[in-house]
Amino acid sequence: MSAMENDRAGRIGGQILAVEGVSLAFGGVKALSDVSFDVREHEVRAIIGPNGAGKSSMLNVINGVYHPQKGTIRYQGREYHHMDPHEVAVSGIARTFQSLALFKGMSVLDNIMTGRNLRMRSNILLQALRIGPALREENEHREVVERIIDFLEIQAYRKTPVGRLPYGLQKRVDLARALAMEPKILLLDEPMAGMNIEEKQDMCRFILDVNDEFGTTIVLIEHDMSVVMDISDRVVVLDYGRKIGDGTPDEVRGNQAVIDAYLGVSH
Amino acid sequence: MNKNTPFIAVCVALLVGLVLPLATGASAPGFYVEVLLGGLMAGVLYSLVALGFALIFKASGVFNFAQGAMVLFAALAVARLAERMPLWAAILVGIVIMTLLAWFIERLVLRPLVNQDPIALFMATLGVTFFLDGFGQTVWGSDIYKIELGMTKEPVLVLQNLFQGGILVNGEDFVAAIVAAALVGGLALFFQYTPTGRALRAVADDHQAAQSIGIPLNRMWVIVWAVAGVVALVAGVIWGSKLGVQFSLSQVALKALPVVILGGFTSVTGAIVGGLIIGVGEKMAEVFLGPVLVKAFDLAGGGIENWFAYVLALVFLLVRPQGLFGEKHIDRV
Repeated sequence: MSAMENDRAGRIGGQILAVEGVSLAFGGVKALSDVSFDVREHEVRAIIGPNGAGKSSMLNVINGVYHPQKGTIRYQGREYHHMDPHEVAVSGIARTFQSLALFKGMSVLDNIMTGRNLRMRSNILLQALRIGPALREENEHREVVERIIDFLEIQAYRKTPVGRLPYGLQKRVDLARALAMEPKILLLDEPMAGMNIEEKQDMCRFILDVNDEFGTTIVLIEHDMSVVMDISDRVVVLDYGRKIGDGTPDEVRGNQAVIDAYLGVSH
Repeated sequence: MNKNTPFIAVCVALLVGLVLPLATGASAPGFYVEVLLGGLMAGVLYSLVALGFALIFKASGVFNFAQGAMVLFAALAVARLAERMPLWAAILVGIVIMTLLAWFIERLVLRPLVNQDPIALFMATLGVTFFLDGFGQTVWGSDIYKIELGMTKEPVLVLQNLFQGGILVNGEDFVAAIVAAALVGGLALFFQYTPTGRALRAVADDHQAAQSIGIPLNRMWVIVWAVAGVVALVAGVIWGSKLGVQFSLSQVALKALPVVILGGFTSVTGAIVGGLIIGVGEKMAEVFLGPVLVKAFDLAGGGIENWFAYVLALVFLLVRPQGLFGEKHIDRV
C-alpha cells in the first residue's frame, strides 16, 4: 500500500494551474475573497467546504463561466485575467457538472462523441458526403470513444438515450464525455453528489483509475469530506468564500479552522 | 376523463374529415386523390419553411420571425441573378448570399444580444424581417419577377387505368415536391450522422454543456442560420416559379407559423408532419367543406384555405400546446 502511495507521489510533477488572489462578487454578495491555491501535474486536488462556501464558483472561474473581478489564473505558465469556456476546452481543461448537463435526447454514444468534436478536422462538406478523410476520422474517434466506454463499463448502454439512464450511470456518461476530450485537467463538480454508497465507491475507483492510467490531473469539488480524504493528494478548504485550509488530507483533518467550519463553533 | 381526451378527439375529427368525402361518395376517387396530392405538394413547401423555423428555434432558442422574409429575399436574389446567368449558377450564388446573410445576422444581431430575454431576440428578428423586405427591394427591385425552372406547367393525366378519367398532376409541382422531400431527408441524415450534425443537436439540447466541451456556439449559430437560409432559398425558388416572385411570398411563408405550432416548436419531425397535415387539411377543407357550408348555411363558402391553418393551430394550442412532437415543458415551481 505504502509502495503504491510512494509511486503516486513520485508521479506528481510541477505546477500546472495556479489561482492567485481571486475575488468574485455578484452585486453585493461576495462569492470568493482573495483565494489562492495551485494544482500540480498528475495530482488529485480536492476543493471542499460546507454548502455555499464558493466551491462551484471557484470551478466556474477556472472553467471561464464566471469572470473574477480580481486575481489571475496561471495555466501552463500563461497568465489569464479570466478564461473563456471555449478557449478553456481547447486548451485541455474538461469538466463535469453537478446538476447533470448531458444531452438528454441523444444516445450515450453520441453524447460521448461530442467530446471529440474539438479534435475533428474534416470540413462540413466532407462530413456530409461521408467520404475519405471524414469517414476515416470518424472511425478513429469512435475507437477512442469505445476505449473510454469499456473503461467506464457502460458498454451495455451505448445506444440508450441518456435521459432514460439511472442517475449514477448518467454521472458516468458525463465523466466519459469529459474524458473523450483527452483533457490535461479534469474538473469534477461534486461527482458523488446524490449517489448511494456503492455508486460512490465505483466513482472513486474510476477517478483514481483515470488519474493513474491517463495521467489526468484532477480537480474535484465535494462537500462529503470522508470520500475526498481517501482519494485526494491535497485538499483546499473554503468557507464563506475564503480559504481556511490547504494541505494533505491529514493536515487538513487536524486544522482547527476546518473542524470549526464543518462542525460549527460556539462563540 | 383522461387529459389527452380532447387531443385525441381533435385527431379523430381530423381523420374523419379526411375520409368523409370519399366514404360518403361526395367525391369521385380520382378527384379525391388529386386534391390529396395537391395538398401534399403544398404541404411539402410549408414543411420546408417550417423546418427553417424549427432548426433556428432548437439551436438558438430564437423565434425567427424573419423566416418568411428570408424566403422572399432568396427568391428575389435568384430571380434577378438568373437574368444574367444560368439558373443553376444563380442558385449557387444565392446559396452563398444566404450563407453570408446568416453570418451577418449572427455577428450583428445575435451575438450582441446573447443572454437577453427571448422577447428581445424576437423583436430583433422582427427588425430583420422589415430590413430584409426593404433591402431586398433596394437591391433587387420591387416588380414581380419570374423564375423559370424550365419545366412544363401543363398538367398531365396519369393513372388513367386506375381511376376513371385519370388524375391531373402538375409536373413541376411533382418535381418540386420531390426536391423538397429530398432536401428534408438529406438534412435529417446530416443531423443524425455527421459530427457537425451531432454538435448541432448537442447545442440544441444544452448550451452550457456544449460550450464546456468546446463546441463553438457562434459557429453553430451561423451554420443553422445558413441552413435555414438555404432551405428558405429552395422554398422561395419553388414558390416563386409557381406564383411569381413578389411581396406576397413572405406572407405565404407565414403559414409556417401554424405549422410549427401544430408540429411542436423544437421538432424537425413535427415541422415536416405539421406541414403535410396543414397542406392537405386546407385543400380538403376548401374543396369539400366549402360546398357543404354553402348548402347548409347559405354562405359564400370560399376562402377557407386562408384561415384553416390558423384555426387548426389555435385548436392545437388549446388541446396540446406543445404540439404533436414538441417537448412538454414543465417548469419547477
